[in-house]
Amino acid sequence: MTTLAIHNARVIDPALGRDGIADVVIVDGRVARVGPNEGDAVIEADRIDATGLVVAPGFVDLHVHLREPGFEYKETIASGTAAAARGGFTTVCAMPNTMPALDSRPAVESVLREADISARVRVLPVGCITRGREGKELAPAGELVRSGVVALSDDGDAVADPSLMRHALEYSTVFGLPIAQHCEDPQLVRDGHMHEGWVATRLGLRGRPASAEETLVARDIALAELAGAHLHIQHVSTAGSVALIRAARARGAHVTAEVTPHHLTLTHEEVAFGGGDYRQIAYNANAKVNPPLREQADVEACIAALRDGVIDAVATDHAPHALSDKDIEFNLAAAGISGLETAFGLLMSLVHAGHLDLATLVERLTAGPARAWGLERRAGLDGIGTLAPGALGDLVVLDPNAEWTVDPREFASTGRNTPLAGRQLKGRVVATVYGGRVVHALEGVAI
Amino acid sequence: MTTTAERPATTSTRTWEHHHVLDLDDFTRDEIEEVLGLAERMREVLDRRIARVPALRGHTVVNLFYENSTRTRASFELAGKVLGADVISLSASTSSVQKGESLIDTVRTLRAMGADVIVMRHSSAGAAYLAASHTEASIVNAGDGAHAHPTQALLDLYTMRKHFGDLRGKRVVMVGDISHSRVARSDMWGLSAMGAEVVVCGPPTLLPRGLRVEDRPAHAEAALPLVRVEADIERALEGAHVVMALRLQSERQQGGLLPSLHEYAAHYQVTAARLARAHPDHLLMHPGPKNEGVEIAGDVATGSHSIIEEQVTNGVAVRMALLYLLAGMGGRPAPAPMESMR
Repeated sequence: MTTLAIHNARVIDPALGRDGIADVVIVDGRVARVGPNEGDAVIEADRIDATGLVVAPGFVDLHVHLREPGFEYKETIASGTAAAARGGFTTVCAMPNTMPALDSRPAVESVLREADISARVRVLPVGCITRGREGKELAPAGELVRSGVVALSDDGDAVADPSLMRHALEYSTVFGLPIAQHCEDPQLVRDGHMHEGWVATRLGLRGRPASAEETLVARDIALAELAGAHLHIQHVSTAGSVALIRAARARGAHVTAEVTPHHLTLTHEEVAFGGGDYRQIAYNANAKVNPPLREQADVEACIAALRDGVIDAVATDHAPHALSDKDIEFNLAAAGISGLETAFGLLMSLVHAGHLDLATLVERLTAGPARAWGLERRAGLDGIGTLAPGALGDLVVLDPNAEWTVDPREFASTGRNTPLAGRQLKGRVVATVYGGRVVHALEGVAI
Repeated sequence: MTTTAERPATTSTRTWEHHHVLDLDDFTRDEIEEVLGLAERMREVLDRRIARVPALRGHTVVNLFYENSTRTRASFELAGKVLGADVISLSASTSSVQKGESLIDTVRTLRAMGADVIVMRHSSAGAAYLAASHTEASIVNAGDGAHAHPTQALLDLYTMRKHFGDLRGKRVVMVGDISHSRVARSDMWGLSAMGAEVVVCGPPTLLPRGLRVEDRPAHAEAALPLVRVEADIERALEGAHVVMALRLQSERQQGGLLPSLHEYAAHYQVTAARLARAHPDHLLMHPGPKNEGVEIAGDVATGSHSIIEEQVTNGVAVRMALLYLLAGMGGRPAPAPMESMR
């Protein structure tokens, strides 16, 4: 019997309505007891003194790119999940835009096998909506479900063909699987490399207009209602999308949504004026991401939607790339931000600024995403996103006030592509426990 | 009419601090004046029987062109040669980019071979900035995608100033494909630095978003030059001192941005009739190469107000001035007292 006791933490467990000082005792990989002084009675245990710190359920990320198989030079399952552990994420949903794409049982099983060997945290694969992510014919959803995928997505690209999207949604209802869509109309964003607006004009770059996202969000909501299916909108980035999702949910449509830490905190100005000097431009490919960083009004709408619960979850869209993918001409540079290790610190800026309370933020990182995709109903995942007795022994120890400077060279991720290099963040993941085992602890944390 | 020739020698104001010339957004009025004043001296060199001075002997200028160009490339070659520099011109096809030879590698290799100045044209906006951040050589942006073309803007300023002396309060109207025009972008910066009033005009499909000051947040007002945006050409040309027609590429029609070149010409061609609204002494310019009968009427392009050919000659002088300044010669006596190689 292995026991881990965490003492004297402020335990925030939004699903159970808990927010107070308590001990957490984990026995054999499951939560045994949570309550004041519960740890004192434990005789033999590893212990973490969490006085002054926050303990929450392990974070659940509905959107990461682990790049394996096929792009191991960008990231591997081992390095990506090590980054997840450092970021406080104990469950990550791996997008299927690998090589080969995850559109068949052998491909999905290869990921699960590799995860068994090398993953630091739980990997839940996402399967393709269409074969080879080509947007032409449906991938075998039933086969993918039997292989263990938790959702379907062609992420990186949208399923553009409306008829195919309709059929994908209809077919998914057999399996009760969410169809997760990267909403950007490929025709409207063609040759676009950042948000369409004054910054793109300043840089002489073609833009990706907000309407390219909003037209697909509107279309897919209508199709999901027609099909009676579960549509999940990935990485919402515009105020218009928020309004559409809000209205759809008010009608009772089964629409869920996620938003990234960067879309909640950064604007398109980051690409050109990261330093805040408007006379000095840059072409910062580390701020190039799809959908692109938008305008302040969009950021504010996303924050409000996250607060209200119109957006269920924060998901990182962790998209690691090699330097050779980024340190090239801006239009040729790959899109994406390596986000797992900066997510909590960046999100805490919303809490410190008073836009969000800590308990709500924790909910959107834990029970929110789990509920959005029905993960807690899956075999072996009971209690995911909570610290209920019997639940998975996944938790995170947080210091909301620790200040640190982002240094990508210290990332566990192979992808050092972040616009936050050198940025001072306030709020840090002190330790991460997965299945009762400490998988990450900052230097100096006594265990 | 005053000309720059009457101004004192540029050596009196040593303001030049640029190691690269990437755009005019970071040029002050004084810095632009310094270039234009020196260009005037360079014009005198060009007008000599044997136009050659040894000012840049031992300096290596590499023209690295990833896009086709006749006039800009020839202009830089001549500018370098007249000043006695070693000039190498490379047509780097973008296929070598596909073969994995990165821009950064190429620029570093050229520097390792001794390039002092790399004049670069590339189809990607920002390419010159990327190069500049990876080499000690001076980068001169000879056009990066739809972003900037600062030497064209400087020669435009030089040409206008030769006629007007002072550009303050002069109304300059650019007509055409503003969205895809690097010339328009750099001209906007240069003209606003010089105190001119800038009007841009084109069909809404060819006007970039965010150019109107009300389309960007107050804190970013200075992030783009202040220009007036006008979709109606008749209104735009009202009282113009300079009218600049921009090249319209036929791809815009295929891209669905225009119904047809014919329709474009009907609504936006710079014609004699439309120019009746401009100032009686207006100047007519075009960055070239021009499509007569599309963005500009043939009789206008060759008419008495046209200074299009003058722009070309001035281009060599302006580029000579820039190469001279980048070589660190800004503080030395300007070329007039220099010994020429007779």
